[in-house]
Amino acid sequence: MDNIAGKKPGLTWAVHISVFLLVALWVFPTLGLFVSSFRTGDQIASSGWWAALFPSEINEVYRAADPDDNRVPDGDLFVVSGNIFEGEGGGEISVWGTSSRAFDAFRAGETSDLGDGETVTLEANGDYVWRGTDDQISGRGQRIFATVTSPPEFTLKNYDTVLFTEGSGGGMAKAFFNTLTVTIPATIIPILIAAFAAYALAWMDFPGRALLIAAVVALLVVPLQLALIPLLKLHLGIGIGKGYLGVWLAHTGFGLPLAIYLLRNYMVGLPKDIIENARVDGATDFQIFVRIILPLSFPALASFAIFQFLWTWNDLLVALVFLIDATGETTVMTKQIVEMLGTRGGNWEILATAAFVSIAVPLSVFFLMQRYLVRGLLAGSVK
Amino acid sequence: MAGISLQNVVKNYGRLEVVHGINLEIDHNEFVVLVGPSGCGKSTTLRMIAGLEDISDGDISIGDRVVNDLPPRKRNVSMVFQNYALYPHMNVRENLGFGLKIAGQSKEAVEQRVQEAADILGLSELLERIPAELSGGQRQRVAMGRAIVRHPEAFLFDEPLSNLDAKLRVQMRTEIKKLHNKVRTTVVYVTHDQVEAMTLADRIVVMKDGYIEQVGTPMEVFNHPVNTFVASFIGSPPMNLIPATITSGQVEFRDATKIPVPSRLAGSVSDGQEVIFGIRPDDLTPIGHGIHEARETTDIDLTVDLAELLGTETLLYTTFVGQEVQGKMFDPRDVTPGETLTFRLSLDKAHIFDAASGQSVRRH
Repeated sequence: MDNIAGKKPGLTWAVHISVFLLVALWVFPTLGLFVSSFRTGDQIASSGWWAALFPSEINEVYRAADPDDNRVPDGDLFVVSGNIFEGEGGGEISVWGTSSRAFDAFRAGETSDLGDGETVTLEANGDYVWRGTDDQISGRGQRIFATVTSPPEFTLKNYDTVLFTEGSGGGMAKAFFNTLTVTIPATIIPILIAAFAAYALAWMDFPGRALLIAAVVALLVVPLQLALIPLLKLHLGIGIGKGYLGVWLAHTGFGLPLAIYLLRNYMVGLPKDIIENARVDGATDFQIFVRIILPLSFPALASFAIFQFLWTWNDLLVALVFLIDATGETTVMTKQIVEMLGTRGGNWEILATAAFVSIAVPLSVFFLMQRYLVRGLLAGSVK
Repeated sequence: MAGISLQNVVKNYGRLEVVHGINLEIDHNEFVVLVGPSGCGKSTTLRMIAGLEDISDGDISIGDRVVNDLPPRKRNVSMVFQNYALYPHMNVRENLGFGLKIAGQSKEAVEQRVQEAADILGLSELLERIPAELSGGQRQRVAMGRAIVRHPEAFLFDEPLSNLDAKLRVQMRTEIKKLHNKVRTTVVYVTHDQVEAMTLADRIVVMKDGYIEQVGTPMEVFNHPVNTFVASFIGSPPMNLIPATITSGQVEFRDATKIPVPSRLAGSVSDGQEVIFGIRPDDLTPIGHGIHEARETTDIDLTVDLAELLGTETLLYTTFVGQEVQGKMFDPRDVTPGETLTFRLSLDKAHIFDAASGQSVRRH
């Protein structure tokens, strides 16, 4: 009975488990980075990011306010009252004590008798009342040991630092826009060129077509490092120099073989009848391209756009060679993060925040576009 | 006036010639069906008329224009494809209007023509749907609508019904015929289904291996096939073709059975000629179960191997001279396999083909 056609429990389980592992492998570091970017350096050092999501219990020593300045007379006694948190942090006190040997002697709301009529009362919210004689309420403030359960605490300070301060450990906002300036044209230009080329290679008859396709496939396997220096010399020679134009051209060149190859293979698979029908309907090649091929190729265009976008977004090498000069005005995020690793290598909260800033856009691009990757646009056109 | 004329049209792919110099004159508003088995060159011929295939030699003219080198869009024909070939990303309205829109027609004109075509084909309710939301028959109608909105000089149909199920096919066949009656235009229709050919055509062109075998009205092709190929291809079930020899004015089969030569063909055959004797199942019926009273008949006894009941008639499979021969029984009674019946053969409907050439001996 286990071998009924279409039922393969072993394989199904293997698939499910691998999918789960892959998802876990991907989700947990991302989530960790995300959470860490909202924590302070101390929090990161003292506990893992997963602990940040739940209330934490810590033992802390507080001291009542300086009696000489704050005490008020109450009959023949003096009273110092206030809140042990003094506006910072906060939380709920469960147990407390007045000496390090009995730090959990009292529950919140109870009164501790320190002898000779001197008392301390501590409420759960941190309000305390310290009462005693003139002699007792003097000198240094009474020490209070409290076990405090504090709610999760997050801060936006890291983002403020990383994005908006100048100098090392900051400047990501500028780098972010520089990266965008590189990435968007470097995605659009190759798609434009490749779509035209792919249509011609797929559907137009001209001599040498097969040879051109072979050349495109051959270019797929050329490593780009091979072309870095000659290309840079060319750019310098013809006066483009280092800058955005140069990096756009370089990304375009390096992206084109894959783009043409992917799009041509997709377009060649479009039903011939549709194109022939458009031809008989009176459409020119250009009209067929714009009105039929482009809309139908949208899934392929989108998937290549995602590839190219992610690759240029995460690129460091091409940007270093063709873009970033001594002024540092055109630095991109990858370069900025590398610099931070050097100068602020110990500040994990800064690094986590910078890393999250740089992956935020690719993440949202992927989630916005992924439905185009799976949508079958061709359903229903042909039987 | 837009007839279509093919003169010595040749198509070859490299050294392989698939259409061998065919000649065909299609009149204005005529419904011509190209029929033949697959690989006979009928679709290639149609695609050459549309301009989707280059012609290797000869001339094609539409109206009085020679269109040999014109691209498809300048030929003013429209084509309906086997796979419908609807634009999947456009709704029905956009599909119908596509050809007009790229021709630069005004929005109002496009809208009006689309509405007109939608009314003719009963698509008005479906205009906002996309092809994926349509049934097979509806898609086929949209494909036809897309052809008619442009008021082309000719419609070209490339096996438009072969993707539909049997019932829908019959229905759409009728609709195509009605459509042609409504929008009278020259139609060239390609099919491998001889029933479609018979029911739709003003004239049938039977093709085989890149040659035209016969051109004629359905009745001509059915009643006077010029050779054994046409005889066996047109008509269902196919004509029985039995080899025989002419001896002393009689048709002598291999088992020495002799029947008279039909009198209308008596002058066309000579003694000793090897022939193929053709008789349709409709004209080979048990005595008392025929459909018409033939003037000239002969009787033979045959044993029934198998009887297929079709309701109004029964198909009888018998063996004659070592080959399967089909007869028909109209107004049927129960027949048990193994039963021997006397069949009446209508000689005035019989055909005789020369065995060597396969051509009919009848003078044309």
